[in-house]
Amino acid sequence: MAELATKKPNLVIEQEEKVLSPWREGWQRFKKNKGALVGMVTILIFILIAVFAPLLAPYGVNDQSLANRNLPPSASHWFGTDDFGRDILSRIFFGARISLWVGFVSVLGSIIVGSLFGIIAGYYGRWIDGIISRIFDIMLAFPSILLAIAIVAVLGPSLQNALIAIAIINIPNFGRLIRSKVLSVKQEEYIMAAKAIGMKDSRILISHVLPNCITPIIIQGTMAIATAIIDAAALGFLGLGAQPPTPEWGKMLADSRQYIVQAPWTVIFPGVAIMLTVLGFNLLGDGLRDALDPKMRD
Amino acid sequence: MLNYIIRRTFMLIPVLIGMTLVVFFIIRAIPGDPAQIILGQQATKESIAQLTKDLGLDQPWYVQYFDYIKSLITGDLGESLRSHMSIADEIWPYLAATLELTIVAMLIAIVIGVNAGIISAWFQNSWFDYTAMVIALVGISIPVFWLGLMEQWFFSLNLGWLPSTGRDNVRDPVEAITHLYLIDTLLAGRFDQFMEVIRHLILPSIALATIPTAIIARITRSSMLEVMGADYIRTARSKGVKMFWVVYKHGLKNSIIPILTIIGLQTGLLLGGAILTETIFGWPGIGRYIYDAISFRDYPVIQSGILVVATIFILINFMIDLVYAAIDPRIKYN
Amino acid sequence: MSTPLLQVEGLKKSFPITSGGLLRKNVGENLAVDGISFHVNEGETLGIVGESGCGKSTTGKMLLRLIEATDGKVLFKNQDLLTLPPEEMRKMRRYIQMIFQDPYASLNPRHSIERILEEPLVVHGIGNAAERRKKVQEMLEVVGLSPYHAKRYPHQFSGGQRQRIGIARALMTNPKLIIADEPVSALDVSIQSQILNLLKDLQKEFGLTFIFISHNLGVVRHISDRVGVMYKGKLVELAPSEVIYQKAMHPYTQQLLSSVPIPDPEFYHGDKRQAVTFGKLPSEFIIDESWKTVGAKRPDLVEVEPGHYIACYLK
Repeated sequence: MAELATKKPNLVIEQEEKVLSPWREGWQRFKKNKGALVGMVTILIFILIAVFAPLLAPYGVNDQSLANRNLPPSASHWFGTDDFGRDILSRIFFGARISLWVGFVSVLGSIIVGSLFGIIAGYYGRWIDGIISRIFDIMLAFPSILLAIAIVAVLGPSLQNALIAIAIINIPNFGRLIRSKVLSVKQEEYIMAAKAIGMKDSRILISHVLPNCITPIIIQGTMAIATAIIDAAALGFLGLGAQPPTPEWGKMLADSRQYIVQAPWTVIFPGVAIMLTVLGFNLLGDGLRDALDPKMRD
Repeated sequence: MLNYIIRRTFMLIPVLIGMTLVVFFIIRAIPGDPAQIILGQQATKESIAQLTKDLGLDQPWYVQYFDYIKSLITGDLGESLRSHMSIADEIWPYLAATLELTIVAMLIAIVIGVNAGIISAWFQNSWFDYTAMVIALVGISIPVFWLGLMEQWFFSLNLGWLPSTGRDNVRDPVEAITHLYLIDTLLAGRFDQFMEVIRHLILPSIALATIPTAIIARITRSSMLEVMGADYIRTARSKGVKMFWVVYKHGLKNSIIPILTIIGLQTGLLLGGAILTETIFGWPGIGRYIYDAISFRDYPVIQSGILVVATIFILINFMIDLVYAAIDPRIKYN
Repeated sequence: MSTPLLQVEGLKKSFPITSGGLLRKNVGENLAVDGISFHVNEGETLGIVGESGCGKSTTGKMLLRLIEATDGKVLFKNQDLLTLPPEEMRKMRRYIQMIFQDPYASLNPRHSIERILEEPLVVHGIGNAAERRKKVQEMLEVVGLSPYHAKRYPHQFSGGQRQRIGIARALMTNPKLIIADEPVSALDVSIQSQILNLLKDLQKEFGLTFIFISHNLGVVRHISDRVGVMYKGKLVELAPSEVIYQKAMHPYTQQLLSSVPIPDPEFYHGDKRQAVTFGKLPSEFIIDESWKTVGAKRPDLVEVEPGHYIACYLK
């Protein structure tokens, strides 16, 4: 039998090199980005605050004390008190729960629904794609805040409905993102190779197409949580989100607005809380994008 | 080119129709019987029934929708349930107020954003770059309404440098012609009023401009960096002198497309997001108009208001698409 | 004579051309493959050769139904593949595999080599996890790589090595027929010969049947038993390899052969040796100009001497 032409091929790679999956490499890059790390730490801090709020908060979230209204920051009330004598620090801690909850859940919902439609539109194409894309276009034709306000107006003002509204307005963003990723992956030759092997469409979707979509979802998702938190606060500010006495940060701003001259701290601190949380997510999102994108860009 | 315009216009139509459908259904879905609300608690069953009939609210939905479309085409936006005036007549001053604010904000955003982006890219990794990008990052993280509140508190209520609400001095109101006060005051030759209008514009437009400025700066920077890495720029750069302006011009030309995209998107967001700024600064704009209508269940206003804003948004993006095609011929043939 | 492993009859593919305008009407069609017929015997290598755009790649893909044919029959083991329901066709893919041209694009960059090679086994339910792993390691060695390469990722390999992986993948299910679509075109010349020799050795060892598609005459000659020459969607000549290279009768084949450069520095210095020899079409047949135009009525293959087919007319 003829000798196989190359039993010991010209090895470009040495013997036991450390296996670097594309994911691991991304993580290495991420670790180097200081901003991203700061963002991640910030978010973790807020998550911890949210989870352990009952233990960390010096006062109850609804503990009123009409004798102590609008007190400036002091030793006993680090962030001062609001118009009902409630401790602002504690309320901010509990507010973290609400904001993070709304942020994560609404974005998760958007991702699931949006991705589903995006995959169907991208993979099966033609008229289904036409319809789904048109629907996305229509949804995106409305400035998102207005649409959210309209949806909450229909459903009734509550935190729950604000969450739903925010989830809905983000659906087309993820839908389009996934659709374009699916479209570009569809062209790749390894998809044709997978078909040639005899893979079922559903398997191809799960095994080849989806993993390519994960990266943009993670990046976009992180940024979306940031805007979701702001949107939730905006709705709260307009009175369309959380209802009293819920300590939602946006609502706190609306409530304290009239005392802004006498008690500016009642307005400053909730706003700073929103800003820091959102900043954390933006930093994280930026870092993720820098770490994962160039390497994973196929 | 004409072919492209026609094609894009055609693609617009289903979206516009879809929009009217969405708006129509959302309004119908808002709980509460409009006739009841208009007439108040004391209304009798008969008067409610009568009003329902008058308003055509007892017709099946497709008939109502059809009537709605018919009136839209003739330019009739309906009648406000509160003011009983034709919305088409009533809406312009509100729209103008928002437009003025939005345009000023976008101008600020473009001028500062683009230049900051270019300078940051040129002096990549310098202290300017670093500071600018940090500010930009913070900028996109600040909630607009909070920024507005802080501005209001600091510059107006605290320091008293700038007015806190409204478009003009209530004791010396501007005579509206176009309802764009910057223009109206100049037309009337009242330079002092012009300055007053500007003073009122400063705080809200800066608040509104923050996010777009930040985004534009970031996009411009990354776009410029891409261009600057290009071989032809490196060659030119190695030749030296007056390079900055050459790169400025060329970089700008190549970055135009992503920048335009952002401008289109942001303008739309500003139109909608103006509602928050308007609430804080007591700005009589369309955001307020719609929001107040929601509280009062003034359905025709809600409907037409959202429709008008969304239509403007679509038109802006449409025009930007056309500008793309004009600049980059490749886009036409896609 | 035993039945051929693959019998193709009248295979056609036309792509509709849409008028760019508003409504995208069909204004015509692009006849990429205009009715070709050939057969492949078990254990042989059929080369299909032609310039870019002649339809050879499309033909290869149609055999596997990666592109759906517009007309014709593809008989494999006496079953017409084109009429099989999707599920049946999927199962049939176990026996017909493909090697792709671009070693960089045909492997999913996110999957490890092990996963890429296991996939065909998993899809067809062959073997359990341990057996699959074993087979992967065996196959890696067969194509000249090492078992420890299994845990690596495509971007860590060179073009030639990736193509070996692609070949290994095609072999995993023990197919009977392999369609190689320009498998060496994207590789360096020195690597090309390594891969070609590998293919020849594998053919002998596993009793494989190849359809080898390429635009490179030299490469095809090296590896094929029989060669079919395509021009603009139709086969113009089909004959055993050496017959084509020494007794080509169709004007197009002759043109193609004349353009192959001779790697002999001495040749042009007045050497009277004829570099390429052509055959002469027997007098009872005639070839007109119709083979040059698409859409015109073009002749089908006719056997002008045993085993030698030319697209021509009986006078």
